[in-house]
Amino acid sequence: MSFLAVMRATLAKDLRLEWRSKDAINAMLFFSLLVVVIFSFAFEPTAEESRKIAGGLVWVAFLFAAIVVLNQTWARELRNHVLDAYRMSPASANSLFLAKAFGNFIFVIVLEALMTPLFIAFYRLGAIGPAWELVPIATLGTWALVVNGTFFAAISLRTRSREVMLPLLLFPISVPALLGMVNATTAVLTGEESARFWITLLVAYDVVFTIACLLLFETILEAE
Amino acid sequence: MPISDAPPIIIADGVIKQFGRFAALRGVNAEFAPGRLYVILGDNGAGKTTLLRTIAGLAQPTRGTISVLGAKEIKTVCSQIGYMAHPSLLYDEMTGLENLRYFAGLYGIHEDAANFTCREAIISVKLDPDLNRPVGQYSQGMRQRMSLARALLNDPTLLLLDEPFSNVDFHSAQEMATLLGQMRDQGRTLLVVTHQPGLLESVADEFVWMNLGKIVDRTSKLRAGTP
Repeated sequence: MSFLAVMRATLAKDLRLEWRSKDAINAMLFFSLLVVVIFSFAFEPTAEESRKIAGGLVWVAFLFAAIVVLNQTWARELRNHVLDAYRMSPASANSLFLAKAFGNFIFVIVLEALMTPLFIAFYRLGAIGPAWELVPIATLGTWALVVNGTFFAAISLRTRSREVMLPLLLFPISVPALLGMVNATTAVLTGEESARFWITLLVAYDVVFTIACLLLFETILEAE
Repeated sequence: MPISDAPPIIIADGVIKQFGRFAALRGVNAEFAPGRLYVILGDNGAGKTTLLRTIAGLAQPTRGTISVLGAKEIKTVCSQIGYMAHPSLLYDEMTGLENLRYFAGLYGIHEDAANFTCREAIISVKLDPDLNRPVGQYSQGMRQRMSLARALLNDPTLLLLDEPFSNVDFHSAQEMATLLGQMRDQGRTLLVVTHQPGLLESVADEFVWMNLGKIVDRTSKLRAGTP
């Protein structure tokens, strides 16, 4: 079976499992909703203030929510040791990795699509800069989170406290991407500067870390 | 070439496997011929499961070498190996057929053929392929049989089975034992770890006794008093 066919089958299987259990998406939605509501009551920001803080707020909410889905991804493979069945097959390790990363990407993008209208409503947000730039920022930023998140979740898979290990490993390495996401979003919302530099940074970050993860994943998968 | 003259399908040479300070395998030297059914016996902690996982390529020897189907890099021959572990290696949220169709895909079985292959595998272990229930709701015995069906999907030359009869009722276990004998008769090599060797007494070619991480004896018959 080709690389792409295995990837497609694994992605379809993950989407089906999530559709049936709704473990990750429910937890992510609940967490994000809490952040939106609590912060909006705590700050009661004006439209002007909202534009300045929303970039950070939105991405912190999505980052923490993404942790939930990232931890879930591999937990499913550990139950009943299903990962051993994959390791025993001739299927490529990277097709598994990419399927998992795309699956997480879809979950987080769905979350972002559902939560963005709420952020706009609660914080009276409106972009002064080119709003269309938020689409590549969201896409690149989300990929940056999930590609590293999927990789580090696999590393922490066999550790005893993997729920704690994942953020400890993921957050420091995500700092450049987070800077890019937050600053690019703030630049678009306030219209005070161009987001181009930060978008370029996100593109470079995504390319470098996607390649690095693909080069190293097989070693991680085969580690005992 | 007669089966007895054929080169060994598995050669273990001084295999040591350590987990930290604990040595699960302490120098296993063994050869297993093709087309035979071996029953691996021993107390808990004797190293039976570790030996099976090492042969399957899921664990790397700390020292020594192991060659399976002529390859030292087991990943290159994994499509010829079937492995049934103590856990089911199945997704609880999917039905048996859905599980098998997914794994068939991993072995490169084309979608058109996968449906037939998966149904055949499920029927061969006396389960209903149309059972529209997630595996998580199966009884333990049904899960064991579905796990065996998964191990058979890729029509393996070498079949490694870890406790295939645990939690299976006596009648079903006897049926499984007969099925394993038939697989051996078709030319497959089977290594079966079990605590119920009596079930395989009539079909087994050799009993391999392990103790404290070593193979201590190989007999063609069960010792008197073995359960």
